[in-house]
Amino acid sequence: MGRYVIRRLLQMIPVFFGTTLLIFLMVNVMGDPIAGLCGDRQCDPATAARLRAEFGLDKPVWQQYATYMGNVFTGDFGTAFNGQKVTELMGTAFPITIRLTIVAIVFEIVIGITLGVLTGLRRGRPIDTTVLILTLVVISVPTFVTGLLLQLLLGVEWGVIKPSVSSEAPVDELIVPGLVLASVSLAYVTRLTRTSIAENARADYVRTAVAKGLPRRRVVVRHLLRNSLIPVVTFIGTDVGALMGGAIVTERIFNIHGVGYQLYQGILRQNSQTVVGFVTVLVLVFLAANLIVDLLYAVLDPRIRYA
Amino acid sequence: MPEQQPWEDPSGAISGTGAGGATDLAMEEGGSLEKSPGPDGTGPAGKPRSLWSDAWRDLRRNPVFIISALIILFLVVISIWPSLIADRDPLSCDLGKAQEGSQPGHPFGFDGQGCDVYTRTVYGARTSVTVGVCATLGVSLLGGVLGGLAGFFGGVWDAVLSRITDVFFGIPVVLGGLVFLSVVTSSTVWPVIGFIVLLGWPQIARIARGSVITAKQNDYVQAARALGASNTRMMLRHITPNAVAPVIVVATIALGTYISLEATLSFLGVGLKPPAVSWGIDISAASQYIRNAPHMLLWPAGALAITVLAFIMLGDAVRDALDPKLR
Repeated sequence: MGRYVIRRLLQMIPVFFGTTLLIFLMVNVMGDPIAGLCGDRQCDPATAARLRAEFGLDKPVWQQYATYMGNVFTGDFGTAFNGQKVTELMGTAFPITIRLTIVAIVFEIVIGITLGVLTGLRRGRPIDTTVLILTLVVISVPTFVTGLLLQLLLGVEWGVIKPSVSSEAPVDELIVPGLVLASVSLAYVTRLTRTSIAENARADYVRTAVAKGLPRRRVVVRHLLRNSLIPVVTFIGTDVGALMGGAIVTERIFNIHGVGYQLYQGILRQNSQTVVGFVTVLVLVFLAANLIVDLLYAVLDPRIRYA
Repeated sequence: MPEQQPWEDPSGAISGTGAGGATDLAMEEGGSLEKSPGPDGTGPAGKPRSLWSDAWRDLRRNPVFIISALIILFLVVISIWPSLIADRDPLSCDLGKAQEGSQPGHPFGFDGQGCDVYTRTVYGARTSVTVGVCATLGVSLLGGVLGGLAGFFGGVWDAVLSRITDVFFGIPVVLGGLVFLSVVTSSTVWPVIGFIVLLGWPQIARIARGSVITAKQNDYVQAARALGASNTRMMLRHITPNAVAPVIVVATIALGTYISLEATLSFLGVGLKPPAVSWGIDISAASQYIRNAPHMLLWPAGALAITVLAFIMLGDAVRDALDPKLR
């Protein structure tokens, strides 16, 4: 196990640098970082040259990347367009997005797995068909449409929620945005659990459990569910990173000042430090989530042993 | 060979979130394989009960497949000849009629600029179908070839490719789109297609790699190798025909998600830019008038949802037909 963890950590290193370099190059392609610093006007050439030298932008790209990464490892993520430290922005933005992601994941687990178990045990019945069609619809309607419609109906027409989330973003205001963010993954979790349950329901160990007279509830929860949840856990784990990165759309619709909002601002103002900094952290979250999922795998499925 | 990650399983958890494949491709291939030697040259014509003829028989009886195929056929026809059902110009607008509702000759009403919503919705199909089909073809070719080669040759190339796909998987798609496309000023569909291919190919590459590795271990491939077949011959005649099914399935479903992605990027203002006609652009514009004129939002959003739904249902049907385990 220990050796496996070490090997995985070593494998993460090239991936981490590859991904950040890719984003770094994209941001560099994105345009002149100086252009955003003089408001809406063009900088005059002398100022531009001075700023360029100040930020090290006259150096070759690989050198800029090396300097930047060196700073990141000492905890310096640079300065955002308004003079704030990027780390300060992260300090306010990440808790909000993490709350939003947690709300979304709770929805995925509670609703997704419940529906998946219900339909998996009743394959072919009306409830199965209904839920399957519903999941298809949810998957097909893009998140931003779902978000706009829920905002229109719940926020504007019926007044059940506030159409836009306040800047502190307490959990109760994040329930509907969390549901919107979770919607597509929720549908996948449902379908995945359903398939997995339906497959395992025919397994020998389930027949044995039923034959030795265990109550149905115990068979489902202890035997069937535990074995069927392995692929679901994988999906939800890898989804953590996707949710945090995908929160951009949800945060835009509900005006949530989280990671997506800051990134969007960073891109609009062409502030490469904000963009690269946030993306670097997101990549780390994603890699860590994947590693944890792989390790959980061994815990959930004793057949898997990492040398 | 590096160990297979849990999520690399070709039939695994996230195959549904996938990337797209050309529908026509899947159907054509199913069809032509039934009647004649396949494009890959496998076996004699009409060989009874091959995977493809079985799948095609299943598909023809599946109402979900028929409905989604008809919707897609309709979409393809109106993307090629939009003037068949909409004779106005999507860019000729009358500000005086802005936000007006439905009236004779203009069944869907007018948008914020006074453009006819019906005409724009019809013309929007062309954008979505073009992006979906081209991106899927690009992703399948690039990902299929690279992933297939890595799976076939294994070793260093396989390890390198696996790490490269890891790199691309680390980038959230919408985020990458915002960064990458925000500099593009072109109003054509090509930058968006290029971006989707750039970030989409690793997914297909993983699927192709997995299924080539599986196919490679089959006895008939070992037999061909023992008989002295060259690498090229083994790849083209023995492995490709047996490894292509999962790729087609994932690609078909992904086609729907690419259409959705294009609309999302256009909604965020970085995908297609006006004067391009796209459902994403129209939905984005309509979201400002959502209180007064919800019809502006509902028509393009509905068209988008039905299109994506059709491709995902088609992919589902093709998967059910190609995966004997589910029978």
